[in-house]
Amino acid sequence: MSRIFVTGMGNISPQKTWGDGTLLAEITAYTTDRLSCVEPDYSQWFDPRQLRRMSRVLKMGVASGSIALKEAGIAVPDAIITGTGYGCLEDTGIFLTKLVENHEEALNPTPFIQSTHNTIGSLIALQLQCQGYNQTYTQDAFSFESSLLDAILMIKEEPALNVLTGGVDEITDYSHIIQRRFGKFTSDNTSNLDLFKNENGIVNGEGSTYIVLSGAKKDYHVCVESVATLYKADDAALRKAINELLGNSGLTAKDIGCLLLGTSGNERHDKVLLDHADQLFPQSTVGRYKHLCGEHPVASAFAFWLGVKILQEQTIPGAILMPGVQAASAPENILIYNQYGGTHHSFILLKSCRDSG
Amino acid sequence: MKGSVHVAGIGAITAIGNSVDECMRSFRQHTSGIGSITLFDSIHRGVLPVGEVKATNETLAANVGQPEYISRTALLGIQAAREAVASAGIDIAKWRTGLISATTVGGMDRTENFFPDFLQDNKKGKLHDVVNHACGRSTELIADDLGIHHFISTINTACSSSVNAIAYGTRLINHGMLDIVVAGGSDALSKFTLNGFNSLMILDREPCRPFDASRKGLNLGEGAGFVVIVSQRVLEQEKKKSLAVVAGYGNTNDAYHQTASSPEGRGSYAAMQKALAMSGLSLEAIDYINLHGTGTLNNDASEGTAVKRFFGEHLPKLSSTKAFTGHTLGASGGIEAVFSVLALTQQCVFPNLRFETAMPEVDIVPQQKFEETTVNHVMSNSFGFGGNCSSIIFSK
Amino acid sequence: MEQLMSDLKKQIIEALNLKHLKPENIGDDQPLFGDGLGLDSIDALELIVLLQQSYKVKIDNPQDGPQIFRSVKTIAEYIRAHQTA
Repeated sequence: MSRIFVTGMGNISPQKTWGDGTLLAEITAYTTDRLSCVEPDYSQWFDPRQLRRMSRVLKMGVASGSIALKEAGIAVPDAIITGTGYGCLEDTGIFLTKLVENHEEALNPTPFIQSTHNTIGSLIALQLQCQGYNQTYTQDAFSFESSLLDAILMIKEEPALNVLTGGVDEITDYSHIIQRRFGKFTSDNTSNLDLFKNENGIVNGEGSTYIVLSGAKKDYHVCVESVATLYKADDAALRKAINELLGNSGLTAKDIGCLLLGTSGNERHDKVLLDHADQLFPQSTVGRYKHLCGEHPVASAFAFWLGVKILQEQTIPGAILMPGVQAASAPENILIYNQYGGTHHSFILLKSCRDSG
Repeated sequence: MKGSVHVAGIGAITAIGNSVDECMRSFRQHTSGIGSITLFDSIHRGVLPVGEVKATNETLAANVGQPEYISRTALLGIQAAREAVASAGIDIAKWRTGLISATTVGGMDRTENFFPDFLQDNKKGKLHDVVNHACGRSTELIADDLGIHHFISTINTACSSSVNAIAYGTRLINHGMLDIVVAGGSDALSKFTLNGFNSLMILDREPCRPFDASRKGLNLGEGAGFVVIVSQRVLEQEKKKSLAVVAGYGNTNDAYHQTASSPEGRGSYAAMQKALAMSGLSLEAIDYINLHGTGTLNNDASEGTAVKRFFGEHLPKLSSTKAFTGHTLGASGGIEAVFSVLALTQQCVFPNLRFETAMPEVDIVPQQKFEETTVNHVMSNSFGFGGNCSSIIFSK
Repeated sequence: MEQLMSDLKKQIIEALNLKHLKPENIGDDQPLFGDGLGLDSIDALELIVLLQQSYKVKIDNPQDGPQIFRSVKTIAEYIRAHQTA
């Protein structure tokens, strides 16, 4: 059976995760409940005529896709698969606002056209003239996992393919205000870096991660073993899923050198993850990521990027470790264990594969 | 294709019927569902015809025992998905069952009620109206109603969404990951989409005329359509009748323009080509095409060109059912998949209403009358914004 | 006419987000679509909205767009011809 190799990645997040530099060496601390992306200069990818019509989320998506493809040495992928929980929120808000203010008269078409969720993936296809398979998933916190699974199945069907897959989500002023009204966010002004010390609520986040997957290895020595999603699962179902996932890959908990835990700062939702980490993975180095990228439907895409980088560089950055946690030796396997709202749990298993391919 | 994936159940709710049987009756009687806007206040009421489902939110909510605020998209989806599962007659809880739904509107029909108050004062507006805004929430509401928690996903590729949902479900069964998938889509009529399409100037102020030389645009519709697809093993163990086999599918991107299709319909052509190649069928084997046929100048010319190029002298009977239902956006693939399966189970082809003269760009005369005839293989096309083109073939 | 064309250039830049251009970069007779300024069918729709909002001139048939929007001059002429007093 073909292995699924990572051959390129691009990430834009509330930390500086693009360009050169040591993994998470420069950490941006925030004291708000909103973590916004550290964005590159987009003019390096787009000319003014393209940029004029691109909203922020489109720039983030297309740029991170370009970074991934460049790393993989691919000009045009065979398939483009995108996951987004909320789609293109800015343009949705603009069109809705105009709809109300103008009483349905003389409405600009551009924000409507660009409000559809598939705009990100379609724009990448248009820019690259990629006529291959093009898909967009929008299943809340399973959006990236859905895209990843589809990409994995594609490569199992045809190992020669190069598949671009990713997760993109943005915060807008409107979306942040509305979400805040639901009482989800932490209300104190402490640093995001103390998020898990306080467990007072989550911080809002955003980001864009694209990955190139292929049946043939290139510069990365990392494979994707499996991905699993569980909707409204209880403790027993989650434990069963963990055992099955590890068993199907011939692994035990001891083999997981690093567990990337998607705790969010909500005590109630985080409890089951912390319990499982303690009880099932006592020997794994536990790292967290949502204090760096914030909570959003595709936070697991940030974790994927992070996990691959850790396996590739064989070091665990201090920024993801809680006080008192010591990094164990270079991990061979990483399990990402994410949760969102206490109802969406997912697992992604990554393996170091220096010997294969 | 590894083994066969069978359609075991179908469910639909559209402007021409609140169930599959009602839709079928409307086809036989040539009764279109296009009419005036009644669901909400709009300056376009009495100006732009639409294909509304003939049921208020109150009725829909009462039918399925859900609160009205969960969004019309979810209410329509629950109704159609329930009908599909009931028609399959299988206890889906016994198997590894997934739900793959599709929607472009999601909870927007409620969100647009929230916005006027919110814009005046951002502490105003009922949170109930936005809690289910995200597309994925519509799917989760359907999943909760059907008790499907094993696997859920939502696709949004504009108008090709629910064909992609059915194709993806088929792949998951072929990979041995799932035994049964409830797949399809749902979209409610909303001011957002109505005004959005109006801003693109592609709506007809009259009932639409797909593939006709004098066509002026589309009529927006709403509805939901789901199929229950199962593995060969499930079909045999449950001793169920196969309504149809998913014979092939193709997903491509036109990569020409954000909203317009290429004049030669290259994405459409490639999608049909992929679907046919996967099915292993010859061109002549296709007995009927359910066209995307929205009634816009661009789509029909592009799709017509692609269909003519692809089928050449072997052009089968074809029609667009959007003259009956309107363009149901993300639900169109699912609804038209149900119609395609009906074509096989009822051995019939559907009429393309209001057609009079072939387009000068491409000389295609669609099926104009409801007709009972031999149908063994049906192709259904769905092409969307962003160049997302999908085609699917169902066989007897 | 000169003032109208000058205003139009500013409005077109604003409406179509052509931030990289200044009004003096757009010639009165310069083709706006195709190889000229490189505008496309979505821009044509935006120009229809611009004419309605700023000049109360309605264009009901988008097929008329290519003729009317050929250049800033043709747009100005159309506005003059169709603007109600």
